[in-house]
Amino acid sequence: MSLSANDKATVKALWAKIAPKAEDIGNEALSRMLYVYPQTKTYFSHWSDLTPGSAPVRKHGKKVVGGIGLAVEKIDDLFNGLLTLSELHAFQLRVDPANFRILSHNILVVLALLFPNDFTPEAHLAMDKFFARVALALSDKYR
Amino acid sequence: MVEWTDFERTTIQDIFSKMNYEVVGQQALARCLIVYPWTQRYFGNFGNLYNAAAIMGNPMVAAHGTVVLHGLDKAVKNMDNIKAAYAELSVLHSEKLHVDPDNFRLLGDCLTIVVAAQLGAGFTPEVQAAFQKFLAVVVSSLRRQYH
Repeated sequence: MSLSANDKATVKALWAKIAPKAEDIGNEALSRMLYVYPQTKTYFSHWSDLTPGSAPVRKHGKKVVGGIGLAVEKIDDLFNGLLTLSELHAFQLRVDPANFRILSHNILVVLALLFPNDFTPEAHLAMDKFFARVALALSDKYR
Repeated sequence: MVEWTDFERTTIQDIFSKMNYEVVGQQALARCLIVYPWTQRYFGNFGNLYNAAAIMGNPMVAAHGTVVLHGLDKAVKNMDNIKAAYAELSVLHSEKLHVDPDNFRLLGDCLTIVVAAQLGAGFTPEVQAAFQKFLAVVVSSLRRQYH
């Protein structure tokens, strides 16, 4: 399910629009992931506070959304563009790739609630495809 | 038996009591057909599903979206035994409609997103958790009679 030129344009346009709220998006998405899918908390047992909106969650949300911003930049070559992040996730973090889907879903939910008019069905389709490709790129070095 | 907290019960009843079934049903089903186009396989007789605009404007999609939401209503009214309430629907989806149960999750995800867009900030993590738990029980009940 590769990204068409139209998909890429849609993703870039939407991202440009929502970029000012990037930190909130990261915080909300991560908060929801940890709350609605408690099994994801297992990756963050070293944090002091895993409740929605806590300091470690907000800080990490910012990092994650920064990674997505990078992916948007490298949308024409995700596998090379995200090489470092892929190695990080493969050899150090070893996040089960099923969780990429879970986080993606939560990002989409947050986009829908923060930007109901911009998150059209077409934008939803493009972002869902984009996150699927990002997940694939991130898990590329896993085995 | 599924255990519901008071918050979960109230949240689900609240969401559905305030919901416009026609609007939400149409939007959720249309999104499912657009974002996950392979789900169109079940709607061969729905006419023009050629692109997003066609799907959004398709009256059969809108009508069927409403049917699906009224089906969910049955679960809302029988929260303490959705499994039993859905026995017939499960057989229908398995034996007659031959729907791959993975598609229930896809439609559920689209419904979550439509409800999120409707409720905005009111769709807190706690509300989301309650709503997704409800959908998970619905999906599990719908899958039960598949053999």
